[in-house]
Amino acid sequence: MNNELIKIIDLYTSTTENKEILSGLNLTVNKGEVHVIMGPNGAGKSTLMNAIMGHPRYEVTAGRIEFEGEDITELKTDERARKGIFLSFQTPEEVPGITVEGMLKGARFAATGEPVRSIRFRKEMKEKLDILQFDESYATRYLNVGFSGGEKKKNEVFQMMMLNPKLAILDEIDSGLDVDAIRSVANGINNYMDEDKSLLIITHSNKLLDYVKPDFVHILMDGRIVKTGDASVAKEIIDNGFMEYKEVVDL
Amino acid sequence: MRRKAWLFNMDKKKTFVEDIDRSIYDIRNEDRYSYKSDKGLTRDIIIEISKQKNEPKWMLDFRLKSLETYENTALPTWGPNLDDLDMDNIVTYVKPDTEMKGTWEEIPSEIKDTFVKLGIPKAEHEYLAGVGAQYDSEVVYHSIKEELVKQGVIYSDMESAIRDYEDIVKEYFMKLVPPNDHKFVALHGAVWSGGSFVYVPEGVEVDIPLQSYFRSNSPGAGQFEHTLIIVEKGAKLHFIEGCSAPKYSVTNLHAGCVELYVKEDATLRYSTIENWSRNMMNLNTKRAVVDKNGSIEWISGSFGSKVSMLYPMSILKGEGARSEFTSITFAGKGQILDTGTKVVHSAPYTSSTINTKSISKGGGQAIYRGSVTVTPNAHHSKSTISCESLMMDDISVSDTIPVLDIMNDEVEIGHEAKIGKISDDTIFYLMSRGISEEEAKAMIVRGFAEPIAKELPLEYAVEMNNLIKLELEGSIG
Repeated sequence: MNNELIKIIDLYTSTTENKEILSGLNLTVNKGEVHVIMGPNGAGKSTLMNAIMGHPRYEVTAGRIEFEGEDITELKTDERARKGIFLSFQTPEEVPGITVEGMLKGARFAATGEPVRSIRFRKEMKEKLDILQFDESYATRYLNVGFSGGEKKKNEVFQMMMLNPKLAILDEIDSGLDVDAIRSVANGINNYMDEDKSLLIITHSNKLLDYVKPDFVHILMDGRIVKTGDASVAKEIIDNGFMEYKEVVDL
Repeated sequence: MRRKAWLFNMDKKKTFVEDIDRSIYDIRNEDRYSYKSDKGLTRDIIIEISKQKNEPKWMLDFRLKSLETYENTALPTWGPNLDDLDMDNIVTYVKPDTEMKGTWEEIPSEIKDTFVKLGIPKAEHEYLAGVGAQYDSEVVYHSIKEELVKQGVIYSDMESAIRDYEDIVKEYFMKLVPPNDHKFVALHGAVWSGGSFVYVPEGVEVDIPLQSYFRSNSPGAGQFEHTLIIVEKGAKLHFIEGCSAPKYSVTNLHAGCVELYVKEDATLRYSTIENWSRNMMNLNTKRAVVDKNGSIEWISGSFGSKVSMLYPMSILKGEGARSEFTSITFAGKGQILDTGTKVVHSAPYTSSTINTKSISKGGGQAIYRGSVTVTPNAHHSKSTISCESLMMDDISVSDTIPVLDIMNDEVEIGHEAKIGKISDDTIFYLMSRGISEEEAKAMIVRGFAEPIAKELPLEYAVEMNNLIKLELEGSIG
């Protein structure tokens, strides 16, 4: 058994509008690794995340996605989630009438098939919320309803910590966060992370990367990965932009 | 009015869910009765019903006059199509094969078992101050806690009320909802049977709810129960009504009538969950009149039925009177649920709040139809209206038909309507947490209904969530 957690092989997607967004993307993330994906707007970053999570609007037209050696390309979103894939949303949905705790209990029950013990669950929530410096009261509020942008991001990380997936995909988790919030979110991510888990981070800045050290940085352009390097690539992009890679793609 | 798109999205993946059994609601007992009227509606049938009930002459006269009104009144020219209703085939009176009892043990086991499965004796034991249970046309069981009797509270079936409290009944019966109001209350006036009478004397606060449950078992029959509640000055009551029926292939009719008198400084909370089978035409009339500083709170859940036309009305007659209307409607395949409320502000400083939610699925139609009227003298009145609709797919229908008739400048009126389809993005979000598509949809609907659920006693909130689950899981009936 190798160490591969997720392997994306020559993936092509189209949306229902029939506009191809990923065109032959390859990416392998091993257990314990932190990968960062950067790319200009419209390069296909969000499409990649949605394709991994199985959003019905993003259809895989060729290629496949393997998770722990199993082809998951045809699996439904909830099945992928229960196998251990988590996606934190750039703009999380608001669900009136359902509390954060209620949703998480539903998710825990879906994962384990066993009744969730309330007292123990609350204790577990409190531990995670403390790490995020997130007030306990948020767990009893309706999911993302009336949350500020920063609170929604924290709530995403909180859900990740509670669901404890094998692979967490963080889509611009650092955007719109102030310095203190970044630190709390990073604490949460580092608390979650261990040698058996992996992170796939989409970001436009190095704010989070000051706290969460990437093993690999990929440049995604026109639906493909055009360069892979170490943390220095991220720094270079943030300083100089994507122009240099634009030329690579154009060739 | 303002209508805004809400949770608008496309629907790509469709789930197919198996039809499921309507379980407890569908217990269909043998049609056993001690007396059953002929089909249709004639003078003779009405004279026979009155005779069976041993009624005073004034009531028989009232019935016969109502029959005349019925015959001379046309069907409503608006709202859902009622062509499926053939009065010549409706049996208006089915007297169950038992007398009214004061203990469950005395009731024939088949009828008792139905109520046991519906959870009525358990609810009575755990959290109710009194219970009435009607089976087809007559009440078969009635109880009330001794403490309430000592305080002068009356809770009985309507037939006993006519016998024991004739003066009160005569003063109030169908005075608030007169038989000439529309065709189906005229019908009700002619053939009414069963129902509840509640009288709460001045200053008495009934802390624990009373509940009446109406069960219609007989195929092709009508149920016409009458509920008359009088809450005197400064008194307080929470009254709960539940209704259900098993499914038959023939059309059944429910044309009940509810009259609520809320006196000065009194408070009445009236909660119902109507859960009819899909062969039921539910044409029900409910009305409250509220005196100075009194308060009526309606909590209304409409599930099932083939067609429902239900618009509980509040008449705010006294200065400072208040009305709160909270409702949820779920229209599934083949159903037209035309529901809403009417409020008349006819005194200064009156206020009303209307908060309705509807869900439609599988081609069902959920229509909000309501009106708020403010009379010229009702200055400084306030009304807030909020209607939200959630459509589960592209084939379901939702509409909002609000009417505002404001004859006064010094008023505050707010209206908001939101109609939208269940969002694929929200479903995807919940599924990305490992929750199945079905459960994700159920969660969204539960959340949508939560503001209503939290107004209900816990047990009813649980029942409502179960009904939502049943409705979502299959095309019931």
